[in-house]
Amino acid sequence: MQNKKIQRINKQMEYNAYVKQKIPKPNYIKNCFWAFIVGGGISAVGQGIHNIFKETGFNREDAATITAIILIFFGAFLTGLGVYDRIGKSAGAGSIVPITGFANSIVSPAMEFKREGFIFGVGGKMFALAGPVLVYGFSSSVIVGLLYYFFRR
Amino acid sequence: MARKKIGKQTVKLQQPPSIVSTASTVGPKEGKGPLSHYFDIILTDDLYGENSWELAESKMLRETIRAAIQRADKNIVDIEYLLSGDLLNQLMAASFAARDLDIPFFGLYGACSTMSESLSLGAMLIDGGYANHVAAATSSHFSSAERQFRFPLELGNQRPLTAQWTVTGAGAAILAARGDGPYISHVTTGKVIDLGIKDANNMGAAMAPAAANTMVAHFEDTGFMPEDYDLIATGDLGAIGKEIAEEIVFDKGYNISKVFNDCGLLIFDNRVQDTHAGGSGCGCSASVFCGYIYKEMMEGRLNKVLLISTGALLSSTSALQGQSIPCIAHAVTITNILKH
Amino acid sequence: MDYLRAFLVGGIICVIGQLLMDGTKLTPAHVLVLFVTLGVFLTAIGVYDPIVDFGGAGATVPLPGFGYALAKGAIKGVKTSGLLGAFTGGVSATSGGVAAAIVFGYAMAVLFTPKSKQ
Repeated sequence: MQNKKIQRINKQMEYNAYVKQKIPKPNYIKNCFWAFIVGGGISAVGQGIHNIFKETGFNREDAATITAIILIFFGAFLTGLGVYDRIGKSAGAGSIVPITGFANSIVSPAMEFKREGFIFGVGGKMFALAGPVLVYGFSSSVIVGLLYYFFRR
Repeated sequence: MARKKIGKQTVKLQQPPSIVSTASTVGPKEGKGPLSHYFDIILTDDLYGENSWELAESKMLRETIRAAIQRADKNIVDIEYLLSGDLLNQLMAASFAARDLDIPFFGLYGACSTMSESLSLGAMLIDGGYANHVAAATSSHFSSAERQFRFPLELGNQRPLTAQWTVTGAGAAILAARGDGPYISHVTTGKVIDLGIKDANNMGAAMAPAAANTMVAHFEDTGFMPEDYDLIATGDLGAIGKEIAEEIVFDKGYNISKVFNDCGLLIFDNRVQDTHAGGSGCGCSASVFCGYIYKEMMEGRLNKVLLISTGALLSSTSALQGQSIPCIAHAVTITNILKH
Repeated sequence: MDYLRAFLVGGIICVIGQLLMDGTKLTPAHVLVLFVTLGVFLTAIGVYDPIVDFGGAGATVPLPGFGYALAKGAIKGVKTSGLLGAFTGGVSATSGGVAAAIVFGYAMAVLFTPKSKQ
């Protein structure tokens, strides 16, 4: 029995290794180039928005929040128009990692599950993908706050 | 006694049922592919006038079955069994189609192997003397599969190079006890094979051992050789899976390279259509068989075909729980010439 | 000049994300969670502040910047309202963005339906 199990696991490992050499390698240079261009581009646009609001008298933090809100709007709107997934196809992490990608991960399931209704569909599925980001982000910020309270004050 | 059983996994049908008609429907993308002129209905809108992708898929399946029945010069009441299934949870497309069709219904889940699974069971029902006319049909839809197994359509993610493109398509075949062929002469039922592939984006590699296993069992049970066939077509192994299956079968002593192809590679032109490793889904082997292969057989350009639809029996739950992908493949021999 | 620095820093962060996605088994969801948590952590130990000073929006627009805002908010919260601030600080600092995402997300879902891919 034990022997058979070991044999099976060996066979699986052998097959996995065999498959691995058949898998085409992604084009790292092309993928990274587009991630850099698009990710950098979105950041530069963000810098522009940030500068405009800072010049009109907002402090740095408020200007950053307004920048985030505006970029989220653009991410959401381009998702609605059906453009963001096409950008993402070439840009990869370049359009996933910026805050616009966070918006895309909220809007796309909300749209997708509209047919399941506005409560369980749109409302329930909206955070299907972005939920983990909030769970881990919020939790770690509370932990940082607690550590700061007990050890740094 | 099982008089019709030969070897371990194969049935030799005593009075091979005839496939008297087929019909196929595909979506817009498949309609631009290399096989476009073989398909009967090409949708211009893959929502097909319905409210959701699932209902569109169900309508596609229903209308394809209706078209196949019509081509066989039969009425719905003449069809004694409908054997059908799809990829959706609880077989939404097939069950909803059966609700409207009013034909006694067996729902099948074999993932993408459903076309040859339904042909196998249909042929056995008829040869067993339980029915005169049976419909075997299946469907898949890119957008309904995507939202159930992968991500929302508008998510800006990248598809890995090993990923396959779920075919929007349906195929239906009407089997009859009497007819002028092509005939289903042999049925080899596959075993579930799992060599430990966990990557749901590399289904071809997961399914290849199952396809190879069934193929070798078929050759051993029947005594056929690859040269006996004009075409050996797997369902949706894609580029990587096809290569692996060919190598495994070669290691077992059968060289299939001259007659081997894969429905997932036939249906799309990857260079133009960016489908990565190829097509997949129940609708892939269904539309390619009911469209391309059947019509080529009717024209006499293909006379003996081994259709091996391949299925990856994973679920979104099993994938999240980190399980590897169990796979299955069923083979049916379809031939124009009957030797007595 | 600050545009160029934002471009550079934002681009590099995205390239790191791309390499993680292409070179490992991590999915986009894993990368996003990792980046946010990393942003919180790096800010807490004081490494992320200089990156923000140099890169500006290049460091705040990508998701580690979300973590940066969370950690900054938590620390500021503790400074102004003690233990309560540990809980409210991070969330309130990022509440604008999260609320915007919910409202815009809902609006887009009402206005648009997803289109099939070609």
